[in-house]
Amino acid sequence: MGAAVNTLNGIAHVYGDNIDTDRIIPGKYTKTLDLDHLAAHVMEDLDPEFNQRVQPGDVLVAGDNFGCGSSREQAPLAIKAVGVAAVVGNYFARIFYRNAINIGLPVIEIGNHEIRQGNELEVDLRNGIVKDLSTGREYEATKMPQVMIDILNAGGLVNYLTEHGDYRRAPTGDER
Amino acid sequence: MAQTIAEKILSRRAGHPVSAGDISIVPVDGAMATDATAPFAIKAFEEMGGRQLWDANRVSLVIDHAAPAPNERIGNLHKLMRDFHHRMGGHFYDVGEGICHQLMVEKRHVQPGEIFVGADSHTPTYGALGAFAVGVGSTDLAAVLLTGKIWLKVPKTIRIEFEGRIPKGTTAKDLILFLVGQLSISGATYKALEFAGPALRELTLASRMTIANMAAEMGAKSGFVDPTGLQLPYDYTPIYADVGAAYDATHRFDVSQITPQIAIPHSPDRVRSINEVLGQRIDQAFIGSCTNARLEDLHMAAQLLRGKRIHPRVRLIIAPASKQVFNAGLEDGTIQVLSDAGATFITSGCGPCVGTHQGVPGDGDVVISSANRNFRGRMGNPRASVYLGSPAVVAASALRGEITNPMDILGEDNVEWELR
Repeated sequence: MGAAVNTLNGIAHVYGDNIDTDRIIPGKYTKTLDLDHLAAHVMEDLDPEFNQRVQPGDVLVAGDNFGCGSSREQAPLAIKAVGVAAVVGNYFARIFYRNAINIGLPVIEIGNHEIRQGNELEVDLRNGIVKDLSTGREYEATKMPQVMIDILNAGGLVNYLTEHGDYRRAPTGDER
Repeated sequence: MAQTIAEKILSRRAGHPVSAGDISIVPVDGAMATDATAPFAIKAFEEMGGRQLWDANRVSLVIDHAAPAPNERIGNLHKLMRDFHHRMGGHFYDVGEGICHQLMVEKRHVQPGEIFVGADSHTPTYGALGAFAVGVGSTDLAAVLLTGKIWLKVPKTIRIEFEGRIPKGTTAKDLILFLVGQLSISGATYKALEFAGPALRELTLASRMTIANMAAEMGAKSGFVDPTGLQLPYDYTPIYADVGAAYDATHRFDVSQITPQIAIPHSPDRVRSINEVLGQRIDQAFIGSCTNARLEDLHMAAQLLRGKRIHPRVRLIIAPASKQVFNAGLEDGTIQVLSDAGATFITSGCGPCVGTHQGVPGDGDVVISSANRNFRGRMGNPRASVYLGSPAVVAASALRGEITNPMDILGEDNVEWELR
């Protein structure tokens, strides 16, 4: 299966800090395997128009601590299912970050930013650079561990493990 | 080299020294998923080509988030889990056995010094007995089922020292709520927490679980309660942090004056002294969740409600943490006391904590809950408000119909609560 796209362009949908997983996809909707069901309800309490407004390829932009709360993988799945191509934020909650990478949804930490709703973004995944084409500002992503880069490039953990059968050996202690 | 608890456990299991910041691939000693996370994990496992579990004896599946199934869609997800278990083996806890985290500890699926991976964010609960216990999502869990390993970044640790003596009327839940209020919901993101200090030394395992449980609410990867004073029903080797270990930060709090604490809507870190919210009307009271539904929590509630009736406006819903807890409560009369006071008992499971069923509040309803999260919509209705507190606060508030300090009901000299 293909590797992740190297660069993507999309419109920014901007939200604030501490968006928890109960708001991304309430628990009552998570008891399903149906991705369309998740897409139908993603972010509905925070923004009832979200799933109508998002076009495939758009970018969800957040502030601090996006995805805090539960471990539900349904949260990044719902975001991906509705068409979001990447999530950009100041930083992410831990489990959400891992889950997004594992399902092949790029998540990019850029620290404090000034991206506004509706701006056009160019996300260079290979080099970890987010360009706000509407303002000209560029943001550099924090580097993620190599194993995460490998998983994302494989298109997610299922692809990675199907391909390799196991984790490729991590360098002992010399990768930080 | 001086090490934190996290560094020690990961070094031992990795087979060579690791320190904070290192990426390590480690063997997993135990794994668990619930009905909220197992269906996607099973799907991913099969897509990865999984044909058998790496070690069935180390795997547990639990039905607790929607137990019993409230509709046919969920009934079929439960069936999927049962079918998987029949093919693969492993441990299976069906409807009514209890909440996943309670069961992992009760049934000894996790031991001090082990690495445990759970597809549930409150997996850090087992740091109460000194396990490196980390919450993950479904696909990570599937990878563990397949390989028996996980990759982890060794976390930095924040050390918390609770000094002084916990005053009467204040519980472990109040301590951890206080801490969440101090550090915030992102205060320990990607880090481990160590909870230590003289105030914790006499705490029971149940109370330590309450504390470690809410490490998740500060964004932590795992939480450890210093094992000084910890009694387990088996011999174990306690793991202490080394003197001189490097911490990201150390915070000291004197708990001698600490009042009961309340997290007000709509975030677990909006923590106030109960004195600031006394009198807040409540409509529903919930004693349950992996945070606080053990026998000692039911005992606290029973002491406040013995011989009395809850406020006519209030429904008090209680979900004991496990069948074992429920049976112990039946035997020692606690359940009778609470039932006579007007409480209604539901299946041992997550119940209303996660908003799927069994106590979804109506528009404008105010809930006082012994659970761990009160984000808007958490209990299933974004137009309701949830306050978090100890089981004693929940019971006292159910009695009066408004947020009430349990000490106002009992008076300082009457507190019999076994926190020891």
